[in-house]
Amino acid sequence: MALVRIPTPLRPQTAGLDKVQASGATVGEVLADLGRQHPAIQDRLFDGAEIRRFVNIYVNNEDVRYLEDLETPVAEKDEVSIIPAVAGG
Amino acid sequence: MSGQLVTGLKCRLCGKLYPKEALNFCTDDFGPLEVAYDYEAVGRTLTREAIAARPRTMWRYRELLPIDGEPTVGRHVGCTPLIRADRLAKELGVAELYLKNDAVNYPSLSFKDRVVAVALSKAVELGFETVGCASTGNLAGSVAANAAAAGLEAYVLIPDGLEQGKILGATIYGAKVVAVKGNYDHVNRLCSQIAFRYGWGFVNVNLRPFYAEGSKTMGYEIAEDLGWRAPDHVVAPMAGGSLIGKLHKSFRELETLGLIDGPVKTKMFGAQAAGCNPIANTVKTGAGKVKPIRNPETIAKSLAIGDPADGWFASKMIRETGGWSEDVSDDAIVDAMRLLAETEGIWAETAGGVTLAVARKLIEEGRIDRDGSTVLCITGNGLKTQEALVDHLPRPVVIRPTLADFEALVEDGAEAFAGLTSTSFA
Repeated sequence: MALVRIPTPLRPQTAGLDKVQASGATVGEVLADLGRQHPAIQDRLFDGAEIRRFVNIYVNNEDVRYLEDLETPVAEKDEVSIIPAVAGG
Repeated sequence: MSGQLVTGLKCRLCGKLYPKEALNFCTDDFGPLEVAYDYEAVGRTLTREAIAARPRTMWRYRELLPIDGEPTVGRHVGCTPLIRADRLAKELGVAELYLKNDAVNYPSLSFKDRVVAVALSKAVELGFETVGCASTGNLAGSVAANAAAAGLEAYVLIPDGLEQGKILGATIYGAKVVAVKGNYDHVNRLCSQIAFRYGWGFVNVNLRPFYAEGSKTMGYEIAEDLGWRAPDHVVAPMAGGSLIGKLHKSFRELETLGLIDGPVKTKMFGAQAAGCNPIANTVKTGAGKVKPIRNPETIAKSLAIGDPADGWFASKMIRETGGWSEDVSDDAIVDAMRLLAETEGIWAETAGGVTLAVARKLIEEGRIDRDGSTVLCITGNGLKTQEALVDHLPRPVVIRPTLADFEALVEDGAEAFAGLTSTSFA
């Protein structure tokens, strides 16, 4: 099971939890499992099949856009972080 | 006074409205929030005459800035010179060229003083006692200086490996400067987490909608100094991509308010370094998404943001205005820094070199019309990025304190001034 870190603004959708254990071999599968456990989170993260434009997903410290996006492998003990992508300059 | 003129924060994707709080994104779709104004109410007091009667600072346009009451931080920021650059224009082969010189902005010598003045005035209103930022250097200095003057505690997070001038320019003010092992994108992500964890006012994270509005003042000043008109072309450097969007927004707002004649036809041109060009790439390819750059490598460290927050909005706006974007090599950046200094007496930081080098390329490519009016935005001071130049400038010629030595130098030693090593004459 991977550990998914939930950012503050999404915690209303996870009953206040700041981390959730979710299973899956890829980022896509882990997030799908997160969505099964907390259905309200699905629409916040995804626009159809794609991760929303301003949501960034990290496996450990690596942005999945530099890896294989939703196909990025996730091992047991890996941490998946969801981070709003709006900051900069 | 302008508090009533701001109707709230609005999601740039879905339009959902939020109250004026320290929140930077829509909780439904994570779209960035921006400030919404009641322009009809703004227009009742913001006239050309009212503006002209006010002090020459960026606050002369205060109805279009999102603070309630009078500013408490950065009251002297803005109204930097707009310089008619005829010598440089001749060099580039264009008719009408201007430099908006924020290399001399007060107090920290970059355009970031504009955004920080708004963000920290707002931070005070919202009751924050500790503020912070993620920065490539200029913002660090500005937050540190303005927070010091306002009596706020400041945490400034930067990538390690920044220029000395920028590090010292933040630490001198007593800010807590934290160098993070990694690039700006790592710093940025960490700051997003810290802002939530500690509840501090991060100017470019949770205060971002207010902060970003400060950039508009650069555009208002350009239009006012041009006799209330928008230029034909604007070339601006792009890091996160926010500034160029706000410059365009500023012209559109002036048009909405009837302060300039419309329709605004300004073409916007974005400048990046070849070693970090995610927005320029997006403009060139017309892609619907910005592909981030994993390891930015350029001497223009202030523009080294591989994952630009406003990149998508900037690329879309640039194409819609009929503008374009280019990127240039580090050598071209240094050449342009020297050209700017030698023709107009302005020592810009590396980002200024990027802007001029890109402008030159766009003129040569025919994308910038040689007969139109063009404004180049110089956003930071060369004193802060000396490392970029040390190996590229001649050393002083050394002489003995005799008139004979000097005469010999003037008469025979012209080439001595061109050397890259220290020359002992006679």
